[in-house]
Amino acid sequence: MKVLVPVKRVVDYNIKPRVAADGSGVETQGVKMSMNPFDEIALEEALRLREKGQADEVVAVTIGAQVAQDVLRTAMAMGADRAILIQTDAEVEPRAVSSLLKAVVEKEQPGLVSMGKQAIDDDMNATGQMLAARLGWPQGTFASKVEIADGRVEVAREVDGGTETVSLSLPAVITADLRLNEPRYASLPNIMKARKKPLETIEAGSLGVDLTPHLKIVSVAEPPERKAGVIVETVEELVEKLKTEAKVI
Amino acid sequence: MTQPQSDNTAIEREEMAFDVVIVGGGPAGLTAAIRLKQENPDLSVCLLEKGSEVGAHIVSGAVLEPTTLAELFPDWKERGAPLDTPVSSEKLLFLTRKAALPVPALHLLMPQMDNRGNYVISLGAFCRWLGEQAEALGVEIYPGFAGADLFIENGRVCGIITGDMGVNRKGEEKPDYMPGMILRASQTILAEGARGSLSKKAMNTFDLRKGADPQTFGLGIKEVWEIPAEKHRPGFVQHSFGWPLDTHTYGGAFLYHFGKNLVSYGFITALDYRNPWLSPFEEMQRTKQHPAFREHFEGGRRIIYGARAISEGGVQSLPHPVFPGGVLTGDCAGFLNMPKIKGIHTSMKSGIIAAEAVMDAIQNEQAEASSYMDRLKSSWLWKELHAARNIRPAFSHWGMLGGALYSGIDSMIFRGQAPWTLRHRHADNETMIPAEKAPKISYPKADGTLTFNRAESVFLSNLSHDEDQPVHLKVQDMATWKEVNLTRFAAPESRYCPAGVYETSETDELVINAQNCVHCKSCDIKDPDQNITWCTPEGSSGPNYPSGM
Ligand SMILES: Cc1cc2nc3c(=O)[nH]c(=O)nc-3n(C[C@H](O)[C@H](O)[C@H](O)COP(=O)(O)OP(=O)(O)OC[C@H]3O[C@@H](n4cnc5c(N)ncnc54)[C@H](O)[C@@H]3O)c2cc1C
Ligand code: SF4
Repeated sequence: MKVLVPVKRVVDYNIKPRVAADGSGVETQGVKMSMNPFDEIALEEALRLREKGQADEVVAVTIGAQVAQDVLRTAMAMGADRAILIQTDAEVEPRAVSSLLKAVVEKEQPGLVSMGKQAIDDDMNATGQMLAARLGWPQGTFASKVEIADGRVEVAREVDGGTETVSLSLPAVITADLRLNEPRYASLPNIMKARKKPLETIEAGSLGVDLTPHLKIVSVAEPPERKAGVIVETVEELVEKLKTEAKVI
Repeated sequence: MTQPQSDNTAIEREEMAFDVVIVGGGPAGLTAAIRLKQENPDLSVCLLEKGSEVGAHIVSGAVLEPTTLAELFPDWKERGAPLDTPVSSEKLLFLTRKAALPVPALHLLMPQMDNRGNYVISLGAFCRWLGEQAEALGVEIYPGFAGADLFIENGRVCGIITGDMGVNRKGEEKPDYMPGMILRASQTILAEGARGSLSKKAMNTFDLRKGADPQTFGLGIKEVWEIPAEKHRPGFVQHSFGWPLDTHTYGGAFLYHFGKNLVSYGFITALDYRNPWLSPFEEMQRTKQHPAFREHFEGGRRIIYGARAISEGGVQSLPHPVFPGGVLTGDCAGFLNMPKIKGIHTSMKSGIIAAEAVMDAIQNEQAEASSYMDRLKSSWLWKELHAARNIRPAFSHWGMLGGALYSGIDSMIFRGQAPWTLRHRHADNETMIPAEKAPKISYPKADGTLTFNRAESVFLSNLSHDEDQPVHLKVQDMATWKEVNLTRFAAPESRYCPAGVYETSETDELVINAQNCVHCKSCDIKDPDQNITWCTPEGSSGPNYPSGM
């Protein structure tokens, strides 16, 4: 079975995002970018399936500009066998991404799509669900455990108030949650070897998908700053402050 | 010294061989890499950078003198080098507490401060661009991997060993443990910047400092501000000396307007300061309150914070830069022109010369790149550093005013050709006087809009550091710390560390918040008994400065 892993290039999670002075968006110019952390988890799961003998090939795909190649190299350094860049300089939304991914799925015929539950830049939490709907495949979102047996995949889902386990027929789409696994490092020898793995580039325009954006960003603002806390000396002082300053009691 | 790699001989390590391995992706290392590939595309060149990407650990002012860039890429403009802001006007101010006296006829009196024709840049952005040029020429760049140790065989450096990954705080292997790798090389170019850890090891192993004056350093602490467009004066350059430093301390502030409404502000304090109560961080903060600086920040917001040591010693302090199997380039050797406060064009030039010498050595199958020294001595770099050599030590000998007077005479009358050379007599760790004999300094409290505390500041360095790894700041002996640092000098590391890594607990123990370290190297330099050693942490640890830095 082949596993397809869509990976997105986002502002690195160590960077405190900074809203541009004109409120048009988050500064990405000259900021470190890396693979969406949930996609690393999705990739790790695919690699583990291959190591268990339940998958025979892991293919990473990203949709983005030429520079997005770097996350594909990272994916291959972690262990993906090959990679596909769907190249476009346009800003793509989950709607277009899921259509492009559908085209890739039709070409590659994977038995499983393993992806992140959300990307940490836009926090849409939408692409996986849209892809499953477009393909008419079952979906196991927010996966914290994945077991494949007898042509089906069992997914433990992190839902409000507990874990829900679903059993899906294959092919299927799963989206990875934080606790699914701990992704491996890309080691230096593997990064060196990944330079020689195949990376195919496909023009997004050649896939016949409508990339027109349907969302308009009205404004982007930083959350209000939190005031520093104060240390109170006594319970009386606390009660006093809650009454007079915070006015909550 | 470097992080003890469990036991270098016992571990099975993967190996890879290159013609040249370069440690450090700053201006020196990247320039050397580019020159190697320009001259000989067949050479295999590998460059390691401990930051998560090229530029992530770069801190500079920066006013760039574009001379070496033009030697490297005569067509740098067409290639889109990020030199967007030519210097438009400049001021050198002598500060008193309330006033600022501009040095008149600056270009005559201090020709080294003449910045006409130079550019204000972000060195981080410039290094990212150099990195792209290098990759396009076929240099293999591996960010996120530190050179943790020299790989020495039969008395010759035969490459380097990268850091182990996945070792926990106690030194035990975690499930994802990955031993470091051996990168073999015919020649290894060390380009780690000021106080490089492998450079230090090479200097000790091969006795490269014999006959040289001690190296002396400064600590540069920097902030980048975004200010309202109407107040931005692209290319405006201002330097200051005098207040708030005492007359025995060399240093001052810089402020440059550049890019899109950005201001680069920073303060360099020479690390041979005497008073253990001094805090370079607080000097930097309070200088912003001076009327000559304050107005530049009004209505703006601070967006990046960082710090880095700078090598100030000049030509007297240069080690012998060649050892069997490799060379030292850039600030890790000390090719910086201190009166100009410029080390970018000089480190790049040393990178070009190193590349040429290394190619000679490879071609002639020699262990030592012996032509490096001759090539250096016949270059403009040597002449420039030689002419600048007496200015910095004059300030240690005669204090701020005597030094300023001397530097005027040296520049105007002798034009750098004085028939003597002033020496650096002390290493920076030897200069502090006991705390009880030194005047305490009371610094103003941070106001949260113009001035800040350390914790708020390092937040803007975008630190990443897996806490479950061995502490990379090695204190050899805690008893010595108590006796010397705490008792004699009142724990100076809690003041000079710009990131608040060192604290003294209520029970008088040293607390090390290693995850805050911004890799400036000051503790390795200033610790009085050289009891603290900075080692490379896991690759990608440390700051993630964005490209305005
Ligand atoms: C605050 C400040 C202001 C300055 N202003 C100016 C100015 O206006 N103009 C000017 O010309 N110069 C200025 N300088 C000096 C200039 O920045 C330096 O001289 C120059 O950056 C030195 O280049 P380098 O390549 O030798 O070292 P660096 O720029 O320090 O680069 C070294 C690189 O090597 C990496 N590295 C180090 N050790 C290892 C290791 N073991 N393994 C892997 N990677 C490693 C580091 O992460 C870093 O990226 C300033 C410096 C400071 C600190
Ligand atoms: S711990 Fe040392 S190297 Fe790290 S920031 Fe502090 S002084 Fe600089």
